[in-house]
Amino acid sequence: MLHDRDRIFTDIYGERGSGLVEAQARGDYDGFKDLILRGREAIVEEVKRSDLRGRGGAGFPTGLKWSFMPKQTDGGPIYLVVNADESEPGTCKDREIMRHEPHKLIEGCVLAGVGMGCTAGYIYIRGEFIREAEALQRALDEAYDAGFLGKDIAGSGFDFELYLHRGAGAYICGEETGLIESLEGKKGQPRLKPPFPAMVGLYGRPSTVNNVETIAVVPTILRRGADWFADLGREKNTGTKLFCISGHVNQPCTVEEEMGIPLKELLEKHCGGVRGGWNNLKAVIPGGSSVPLIPRSICDDVLMDFDSLKNVQSGLGTAAVTVMDESTDVIKAICRLSKFYMHESCGQCTPCREGTGWLWRVMTRLVEGRARSEEIDMLYDVTKEIEGHTICALGDAAAWPVQGLIRHFRPEIEARIRAQQDEAQLAAAG
Amino acid sequence: MTISPDVETFAFTPDNEAEARAHIAKYPAGRQASAVLPLLDLAQAQHGGWLPRAALDYVAAFLEMPQIRVYEVATFYDMFNTEPTAPCQVRICTTTPCWLCGSEAIVAAVESALGCKVGENTADGRFYLREFECLGACANAPMMWIDDDFYEDLTPETATAVVEALKRGEQPKPGPQNGRNGAMPIGGKTSLLEF
Repeated sequence: MLHDRDRIFTDIYGERGSGLVEAQARGDYDGFKDLILRGREAIVEEVKRSDLRGRGGAGFPTGLKWSFMPKQTDGGPIYLVVNADESEPGTCKDREIMRHEPHKLIEGCVLAGVGMGCTAGYIYIRGEFIREAEALQRALDEAYDAGFLGKDIAGSGFDFELYLHRGAGAYICGEETGLIESLEGKKGQPRLKPPFPAMVGLYGRPSTVNNVETIAVVPTILRRGADWFADLGREKNTGTKLFCISGHVNQPCTVEEEMGIPLKELLEKHCGGVRGGWNNLKAVIPGGSSVPLIPRSICDDVLMDFDSLKNVQSGLGTAAVTVMDESTDVIKAICRLSKFYMHESCGQCTPCREGTGWLWRVMTRLVEGRARSEEIDMLYDVTKEIEGHTICALGDAAAWPVQGLIRHFRPEIEARIRAQQDEAQLAAAG
Repeated sequence: MTISPDVETFAFTPDNEAEARAHIAKYPAGRQASAVLPLLDLAQAQHGGWLPRAALDYVAAFLEMPQIRVYEVATFYDMFNTEPTAPCQVRICTTTPCWLCGSEAIVAAVESALGCKVGENTADGRFYLREFECLGACANAPMMWIDDDFYEDLTPETATAVVEALKRGEQPKPGPQNGRNGAMPIGGKTSLLEF
């Protein structure tokens, strides 16, 4: 179990205040000027050596992503964009950072700005997080007043402006190019890549989009060293991670743990265990709604990190763990996610716009058993027609939960169809 | 989705106009369209929770954007209402994490307390009830979002109490309704015990 001394977010429950004074008492901005003066190459190198992988879902190596930003510039603006559009069902970790530890995010933005030669940053927060946006804006104002943002930050000579931008309710704006479009004042419809944002991003300028948690852990990595971070967790799955656990556990919560913690240990140590005991567990969605669920047999010993969960055909995603006990109608649980993706599809790509509707309509019938068992294969085929055939990953995200359901709970779907058929026959027989 | 007429003209109050200009100042010169979301949000708040066509056209002119671009934006994002609605919006999250924790019972309790169904206004025109997709407070499910605040860790009884308080014109205490501190385990911390 992770020791408190190795936790990055030491006030994630907001017990000691989110203001600048309290944040500095916890160590934020400690040696800030020296960290900035380490300079671009040293910062990127340290982040690379830490093996930090993006905390927004995809798990792409952060240092590598930063190194894609152009080294030679024409003197025009270069942007850091922070994805605070936390909308993936099950996910509520960035919310805790923004309302309780906003200065970690702000300090991280400046240091990421140094690492990529950025001139300005925008934090794109989902519109529904009104109180969180207020907390973050207060922190931004404090940081400006203290000289930690703006011109000549902390006397380092580095200039960096940081702004908060509120969204207005669209899951698709969590996709990095959808977010950029939205930030430019358009519908949040993702862009074709390439060109990647590092070349053509916000306002056509070099940009990097990073998740809130990714940025917020950077100051601590630089302060304590890449070796400290890399010693936590497992190879290529290093460091600590905020897990947010919802659903059928006795004590849902958000908690920082070591990457690679066994799922069972996570649920039993921090969440009071599964409602009704471990044997009452039916399935877990381990990384936000987009990743396929895993049944109890896998939950028994799976580790919570990118590669371990990939090996069981699921994913760590945002580390949003949604727990379902034996009382759960798992078909209905996934059907509700299909409705979510249908609602949130931006409508740009035909396979996703039409396909998410088909998934939901067929899933709705499967919930009631009003289907033929061949339709399970047909539904699977539909998911394969969507997956990989769209501009962004929303199509994949809609397909995977249904695939996971069919992979692990096909007998349950078939049983429901049989039960419905039996009922219909009985009714016909009068 | 339709765009409704209502008022003939719309203009920001002086305070809102100043706030709008402060938003525009966050973006580079010539990129003022970036402020369309915050300006629509301001206009909607000023107009009692929805955006008549006159407000959309006003924002378009304010930002020197083609009107159609503003219509596109206003109809794309869930937080904008382009049809008349009630000033107080009660939005209950029903996505899977909240559903697992009993959001169906919350919907039923709130429907009963408000005397209207999801998708409807109350008879007195004060409240509009709708389902919403995941609001990002899943460790505190089930929850609802009213005005600027989240009401979390609901039961049918506490959800009813929140709505009844609003009906009486009171401001119920936001956040977890079961005495819990944020997203901490309800039984107390399992980490950060050294702090």
